[in-house]
Amino acid sequence: MSVLLELRHISQRYAAQEIVKSLSLQLEQGEIGCLLGHSGCGKTTVLRCIAGFEPIHDGEILLKQQPISRPNQSVPPHQRQIGMVFQDYALFPHLSVADNIGFGLHQHTAPQRQQRITELLELVGLTAHAQAYPHELSGGQQQRVALARALAPKPQLLLLDEPFSNLDVALRERLGQEVREILKREQMTAILVTHDQHEAFAIADQIGVMQAGQIVQWATPYELYHQPANRFVADFVGKGVFVSGTITGSRCVEIEFGEICRVDLDSRGFAVGSRVEVLLRPDDVVHDDFSPLKAQVVNRAFQGEVFLYTLALASGQQVLATVASHHNHRIGEWIGIKLDLDHLIAFPS
Amino acid sequence: MDYNWDWGVFFKSTGIGQEIYLDWFVSGLGWTIAVALIGWLIALFLGSVLGVLRTVPNRWLSGLATAYVELFRNVPLLVQLFIWYFLIPDLLPEPIEMWFKQDLNPATSAYLSVVVCLGLFTAARVCEQVRTGIQALPKGQAAAAYALGFKLPQIYSQILLPQAFRIIIPPLTSEFLNIFKNSSVASLIGLMELLAQTKQTAEFTANLFEAFTLATIIYFTLNMSLMLLMRWVEKKVAVPGLISVGGK
Repeated sequence: MSVLLELRHISQRYAAQEIVKSLSLQLEQGEIGCLLGHSGCGKTTVLRCIAGFEPIHDGEILLKQQPISRPNQSVPPHQRQIGMVFQDYALFPHLSVADNIGFGLHQHTAPQRQQRITELLELVGLTAHAQAYPHELSGGQQQRVALARALAPKPQLLLLDEPFSNLDVALRERLGQEVREILKREQMTAILVTHDQHEAFAIADQIGVMQAGQIVQWATPYELYHQPANRFVADFVGKGVFVSGTITGSRCVEIEFGEICRVDLDSRGFAVGSRVEVLLRPDDVVHDDFSPLKAQVVNRAFQGEVFLYTLALASGQQVLATVASHHNHRIGEWIGIKLDLDHLIAFPS
Repeated sequence: MDYNWDWGVFFKSTGIGQEIYLDWFVSGLGWTIAVALIGWLIALFLGSVLGVLRTVPNRWLSGLATAYVELFRNVPLLVQLFIWYFLIPDLLPEPIEMWFKQDLNPATSAYLSVVVCLGLFTAARVCEQVRTGIQALPKGQAAAAYALGFKLPQIYSQILLPQAFRIIIPPLTSEFLNIFKNSSVASLIGLMELLAQTKQTAEFTANLFEAFTLATIIYFTLNMSLMLLMRWVEKKVAVPGLISVGGK
């Protein structure tokens, strides 16, 4: 595999405010990357820099080892061969679905153009709507037209700016999977920008969590969830609560649930006796009627196959637990719980 | 009021050849349409170019278009007409000045002046509508076309203008009607268009009420038909599902 896109310490400013701070990343050919972060963290600006809509003030952006953006020197957007799917789709309302998809194929002959349009209509499942106009389609269908339009000229790289934010949640998850399949089938290298981690998990191979113009962790979805690099990532990705504890030995930590000893703890290099915050995910706390440790149900959210219980320990410390939904406990009830940690995530407090 | 209406007056002979008064109205209407249509072509073309210039990312070009709009919008139409007819020819090179003042038929020189005047005046108004039409479009439209490998001129011709013109058909219709109504200023420099013929008929026959009633009916019918025509055009080019069309 070869590196397709490389960002080397890029910075971008609006007036005196630094939006992107010395940000670097690499994306391999065929890989789907994602920039995940709260609104205002600079993720969309990074995307617009890659597309060529924004200048960069430091660093450089390379596409296939060729510089496309440097301070004061930039390949214009229309020469970059980078496709983009916009948040509001930006479909051309005066053109039919087929003409929208074929719009970027202006250098093809008419039969070639028609063939590629047919191919893409099939790929996104809209063959029956070829002659419809964008406003006659549902949100999900419009989204797929936008994707097909961006894919049509076979760009080297595809950028997706919050592509599902206008869709309802159920559709979002289904389309996420679909988009990933389509991108993989076209062997497209892509970068997605989103604030929604489920969207990121559904589509991306690699996710960069952004905070204040920087990537704080670049990793696979699994690693982000199970090995967050710092408290911010741990907080932002997935649900969970932090409980305080004390390091009691080279691989042991004492928390309210008791002393836990694990091999993966010492890699963090905590001194014995130091105070730490231990992350407990809802799936780490398991309901067990026979456990001596009891907690009181404070709140519960029915999610279909599972309940998400908010539980309070005797000390008042709250934790979250996902419990199969046939365990139907009332608020106020005391239930037995135990910890089932696969690995331990702790940060200095 | 004691007035004897005589609608038969339009069929009376004017005393000039075989002409009846109705012929004067027909000929006047012809001039009115000729002035308005050619003026409109100038206004539409120039106004579109200026409207595009006002939105391009170049301060000099947009500044130039803005200056044009301010100049032509803030001087009364009649003043502009007198400038075009009485002053501008004097500023032209001698041979052109002589050709304009002596060789040309007086009707032709008046016609040229009024067409240029109305065209340039209305262009400033069309420009503003084209500009607002373009600016009403979401920013993503141009960006999307950019990302698909298009340059600015193509983006305007294929994405921005086709949409902008659909949006501005209603206000553009009213400018189109305005140029027909404004064409009546031509009567002040001696062009025998509809208003001038009406005045002449009124003076010749003393049937003031009949003459102006007929002129009113002609102007009204003409503008009404143009409005219906433009509504039909609007429906014809409407994009399904996009914006509701007038009259629906």
